Amino acid sequence: MTVRVQRQDFDIGAELAALSDGDTGIGGVCSFTGLVRDLHPQAGEAAGTVRALTLEHYPGMTERQLEAIEAEAWTRWPLSACLIVHRYGRMEPGERIVLVACASAHREAAFDACRFIMDWLKTKAPFWKLEETGSDGDRWVAARESDAAAAEGWRGRSNTIGPES
Amino acid sequence: MLKLLYFAWLRTKIGMAEERVAMPDGVTDVAGLIDWLRGRGAGYADALANLDVVKVAVNQEYVPFTHPVAAGDEVALFPPVTGG
Repeated sequence: MTVRVQRQDFDIGAELAALSDGDTGIGGVCSFTGLVRDLHPQAGEAAGTVRALTLEHYPGMTERQLEAIEAEAWTRWPLSACLIVHRYGRMEPGERIVLVACASAHREAAFDACRFIMDWLKTKAPFWKLEETGSDGDRWVAARESDAAAAEGWRGRSNTIGPES
Repeated sequence: MLKLLYFAWLRTKIGMAEERVAMPDGVTDVAGLIDWLRGRGAGYADALANLDVVKVAVNQEYVPFTHPVAAGDEVALFPPVTGG
């Protein structure tokens, strides 16, 4: 089990290689990388609107929440390895914010656990995004209903793995 | 003493990230603490005007507004999270 909260960037290739290194029982690694984007199609804003993001977090609680989310994933799926890396501080469009990677003997567990961790992370991990925009000054990103619905969708749902494949 | 933490726009509206206060008389839960904080100034009242967009953690765990608060607790108030 690994959770890291850090200011510096991460190397996806090195992280994924290290995750499965030495465990030949792993049949697949599924990963998700979140990036800073500058498009807000829902608001009709053009590219270039967001110059940078600053991610604030709650040191201590952040790590506890991420560890709890990862632990929940381990109870739901037969995982071999799992990694959550989340950055904080100032980042510009295109930079990596978050990496979630799950390894398992079979792909279903890796895919599902990765999505589950991201869905819960979005609504439980205490991070807040402040956008720097050129003309409008700085603004806090509002939480989205669709994220809450995605996280809620996993509640009460048991392991969704079918027969081994 | 209570350790109070504010994040994101609650921090900017209240004007500080952290403070320590003596346990207020008559306060027994989060809702009571928020009522007391609202009386401390316009920034507090503004930040805590709409509790639909305020989340609470006591000792780094999410809790409802009915959760008890006692001396020695770390209470954090913040908006819904937007990481990932």
